[in-house]
Amino acid sequence: MLRLESVCAGYHGLQILHEVDLEVNEGEIVALVGANGAGKTTTLRAASGVISPTSGQITFQGEPAGGLRTAGLVARGLVHVPEERALFGPLTIEENLRMGAWTQRKTPMSGALAEVFELFPVLADRRRQTAETLSGGQQQMLCIGRALMARPKLLMLDEPSTGLSPKLTWTVLEAIGMIRDRGVAVLLVEQNAGQALRLADRAYVMESGSVVLGGTGAELADDDRVRAAYLGL
Amino acid sequence: MTEQIPSATAPTVAEGEGHTSSPRLWARVPWTRVAIGVGFFVVAIALAYLRAGNGDVVRQAVLTGILIGGVYGLVAMGLTLIFGVLDIVNFAHGAFLAVALYITVTMVSRLGVNPLVALFVAVPVMFLLGAGVQRFVLAGAMGKPLENQLLITLGLALLIDNVLLMSFGPNPQSVKLPGDTGVQIFGAVATVSRLLAFGVAIVLAALLYVLLQRTRLGTAIRAVAANEAGAQLVGIDTRRIYMATFAIGTACAGAAGVLVAPLVTIEPTTGELFNIIAFVVVVLGGMGNVIGALVGGLIIGLTEQLGALYFPGQSPLLSVFVVFVLVLFLRPQGLFGKAS
Repeated sequence: MLRLESVCAGYHGLQILHEVDLEVNEGEIVALVGANGAGKTTTLRAASGVISPTSGQITFQGEPAGGLRTAGLVARGLVHVPEERALFGPLTIEENLRMGAWTQRKTPMSGALAEVFELFPVLADRRRQTAETLSGGQQQMLCIGRALMARPKLLMLDEPSTGLSPKLTWTVLEAIGMIRDRGVAVLLVEQNAGQALRLADRAYVMESGSVVLGGTGAELADDDRVRAAYLGL
Repeated sequence: MTEQIPSATAPTVAEGEGHTSSPRLWARVPWTRVAIGVGFFVVAIALAYLRAGNGDVVRQAVLTGILIGGVYGLVAMGLTLIFGVLDIVNFAHGAFLAVALYITVTMVSRLGVNPLVALFVAVPVMFLLGAGVQRFVLAGAMGKPLENQLLITLGLALLIDNVLLMSFGPNPQSVKLPGDTGVQIFGAVATVSRLLAFGVAIVLAALLYVLLQRTRLGTAIRAVAANEAGAQLVGIDTRRIYMATFAIGTACAGAAGVLVAPLVTIEPTTGELFNIIAFVVVVLGGMGNVIGALVGGLIIGLTEQLGALYFPGQSPLLSVFVVFVLVLFLRPQGLFGKAS
């Protein structure tokens, strides 16, 4: 579905990613784990068109995607939820969700809206409230909900548990499992490697801008190097 | 949808408050401040009455102030919308208004139509002019330091003023509204042209409100103002929203230009006066706040007229600037703005 082949990318002439190879198949959760500064977020930004790769190839559903504008990628089903959430603070929850369906103008949005409200009932209860009045956990739910409104085929989530209590982190990760069960593939960047590997079907470990390990979530969770470096075991 | 989706547990603990601060195009009505504002004007009107010693003069000043204030509000709404979304301090706003004044003059003198008919030409023309200016002149300066856009719009204002001077000459011109007689309201007299200018300005302001609050485009404009990166992530083409917003703001100046054409002496630099007033109104209402601009317009209209009673023989702008300086000292974020 999404394939990165030898992708190099960076900011202002500084190369961050060095020949990254990565693949996400339909209906699976793929986790990207690694230390701060390993290049996980840059990988998502290159895949979602926020930055252009300097070399290598990115394909989404068999078609080239590298260097395309974000709007085009969203319309094709590749949606990115950044760590900073980027919600529309003064807009209501419902307006935020409706804006999530911006590229779906020909599809009635009532179905997608009902699905999001079923997944996160707290958003339905507070639909008229502005996004800036929500707690951190609710904002994260709104952010994922807004991304689901675009009817994605692949959802890329960057550190969805940042700033959340363990209980809320579990709530959000549980929701990510449910989203996968609905047939949406997920590429998950997560600092909390233990939880991410438990949830993921497959995972990659990144170090200094390169993918250094890959395998199923369970395999990596049992790998001595991963256990020592990221799981603190 | 046939499949039942299980629900994630709703959190009950509010935590990690991550409020995003962003410009507010529509603030909730702050009733306390409205009450203070109304109280202020009751006192101001009482003082004006004591100073003038004549109720008729005060009533006339209040009526004229409110009527012209509605038009000031419309001009300022366009300016504040542009600032709220594009972060551009548009010094060419008054010059755009002057273009609409001359469109009205030309239509009335060449075609002999009612000045208000010029709305149907000036508004679309100014909308397109605004879109073109944003796309071809200002787009390159987006995201650059504020002074870049500031100097570009200042240069644009000078250019427009001089093109108008070249095309229409320096002689003052005027436009007459047919049947422009006086109407008695609460013991004061308002001309039909002033009443129409106020009425149409309020209707247009209401339409702008509906556009921003109730339509898909309006929600997208507010979304871009709130978080540009977020807007791009959901697939909104922010370049188009910037262009549309600048065009709508310029169309507001255009509409206001047509409405004031029968009320003012038309010269190439007439727009500058409205520019200054609009800036005061925008700061008073809270920069980027559209409702604030409308209320600010009414306040400045009243201030200008009542001020003329306090300081007879002085420029009406004197009292406007007194209020401006007081606002900058006491509440620099404006009546409806949030402290930063």
